[in-house]
Amino acid sequence: MLNITEKILARASGKSKVSPGDVIFVNVDKVMIHDVSGPGVIAVFEKLKKIGMKIDKLWDPDRVWVAEDHFVPAADKISAQNIVSLTNFTKQFGIKKHFKYGMGQYGICHTLSHEEAMVLPGEVYVGGDSHTNTTGALGAFAAGLGHTDIAYVLLNGKIWFKVPETLYFKLNGKLPDHVMAKDLILKIIGDIGNDGAAYKTMQFGGTGISEMSVESRLTLTNMTTEAGAKSGIVEPDQKLRDYLTAKGATKYDEVHSDADAQYEKIYEYEGSEIEPTVAKPFSPENIAIARDLSSIELDKAYIGSCTGAKLEDLQAAAKILKGRTVKIRTEVLPAAISIFKKAMEEGLLKIFLDAGVVVGPPTCGACCGAHMGVLAKDEICISTTNRNFPGRMGHVESQTYLASPLVVAASAITGKITDPRDLK
Amino acid sequence: MKGSVIKYERDNIDTDVILPGPYLKIHDYAELAKHAMEGLDKDFHKRVKPGDFIVAGKNFGCGSSREHAPIALSYSGVKAVLALSFARIFYRNAVDGAFLLPIEIDESAYHDISDIDSLEIDISKNEIKNLTKNKVYKMKPFPELIGKIIQAGGLFNYKP
Repeated sequence: MLNITEKILARASGKSKVSPGDVIFVNVDKVMIHDVSGPGVIAVFEKLKKIGMKIDKLWDPDRVWVAEDHFVPAADKISAQNIVSLTNFTKQFGIKKHFKYGMGQYGICHTLSHEEAMVLPGEVYVGGDSHTNTTGALGAFAAGLGHTDIAYVLLNGKIWFKVPETLYFKLNGKLPDHVMAKDLILKIIGDIGNDGAAYKTMQFGGTGISEMSVESRLTLTNMTTEAGAKSGIVEPDQKLRDYLTAKGATKYDEVHSDADAQYEKIYEYEGSEIEPTVAKPFSPENIAIARDLSSIELDKAYIGSCTGAKLEDLQAAAKILKGRTVKIRTEVLPAAISIFKKAMEEGLLKIFLDAGVVVGPPTCGACCGAHMGVLAKDEICISTTNRNFPGRMGHVESQTYLASPLVVAASAITGKITDPRDLK
Repeated sequence: MKGSVIKYERDNIDTDVILPGPYLKIHDYAELAKHAMEGLDKDFHKRVKPGDFIVAGKNFGCGSSREHAPIALSYSGVKAVLALSFARIFYRNAVDGAFLLPIEIDESAYHDISDIDSLEIDISKNEIKNLTKNKVYKMKPFPELIGKIIQAGGLFNYKP
């Protein structure tokens, strides 16, 4: 009678059964740090050494992987120094899987987690980033942690969790062609609120999810963070197996919910009823139907981030931008260089460039207001990213509307918030 | 634990306003403190005193996993945040890193406590005394493990 999350956590804590509310120490399979949380962990290690703790090795360097994504290409001297510190750290502790920016495969950590199959079904995965939830679409328990907790995992291989209650979101039937997973997750967050899943797991299932690509599922789990969730998850199926096989990952131990699994609450959505949806400033829960915002004039469109710059997202944007010209400044930043390459091979980059768009390198960049395309005072942006809190993408008095790649691309053409169906 | 209150009467005070994104590259704790609450209250760093408490609404600390957020508040002198509820990563960062106490209060205490009130918090009794208004409120007790980690002085000092 356990659901997939409870079964993964029970297995990882050596118990036959766990129940929501139990506080347990869980053995971790994989852990990720990047150019913000990595130096954060290094600072924790320094603090611990000062009080006499000896730190000369990690619990298991082969279970640790590293990305450089937030302030790359190095935004300034401090960012450059952080990359040097991170490199020294991986050398010192013998971490081999370090995706160096500009060396082979590189990009946003959450995107690499699935592009490179760094995490597998049934695993417990923690990362030093709140959107670690993303990787739950691969049938793993995936949760974000802070620097102290990640430092603890790096040294001990385990961490405490309160076993979460699970909210089950059932999607009946396919989403229409003009609607994307982004619209569905914005609708869900609008319904349950910024803290509607606080401390809980959001599990997605139903015929609409079975029909949905793995990349679309990743958009859903990515934004579970915006409802306060500890994790988001989708049970493994043949689509996932095929996705992982294509990436060379065939050996893993899948976990599935029992037939009589318990959920705290089940929400049902009809695929055919989901509309192109937008989150208005200054919160992801502040949603509206795109068509109701058609008078909002924009300064900029942004297609980037772990949420909205996977290959499928770029394909959707290209479908709209093909043969058209943008009316506002528009930036496309593929989420990993592997995606950039595929976009090049498929001719998507040419479509973007012909439309007048800037194509940039993979980076978290402006999504978190770090650098590269941040917003000025009073500027209004429509974005495929995940958050729109005050100052998230730049000036505290700038505004960000969150939307699907289809809506963002359509809005780039008209300069106003636009439902893709209304594009002439 | 005694201190005075800085109150923000709003929900969803997120990590982007507690410590804005551009400062994520900084890992010098004293430097981070200079930018605490910058996205919401430019004058916070002038106003905050050692031992102060922040009082806020629900879902305090939502958003990113940045430990910079509790670090910036802690190194500004904030000893506790009293809120209707907390986002999960902010909560565990505050406790596991021993930066400050995340204390859950109820609606009546939240509405009753005013800016610059003096409070005395006794976590052994789960009690908050409002010395200015001469009232006593109950705080939500910490779950067992959280209480033990707080007592130990952070996760690294806690022996399971």
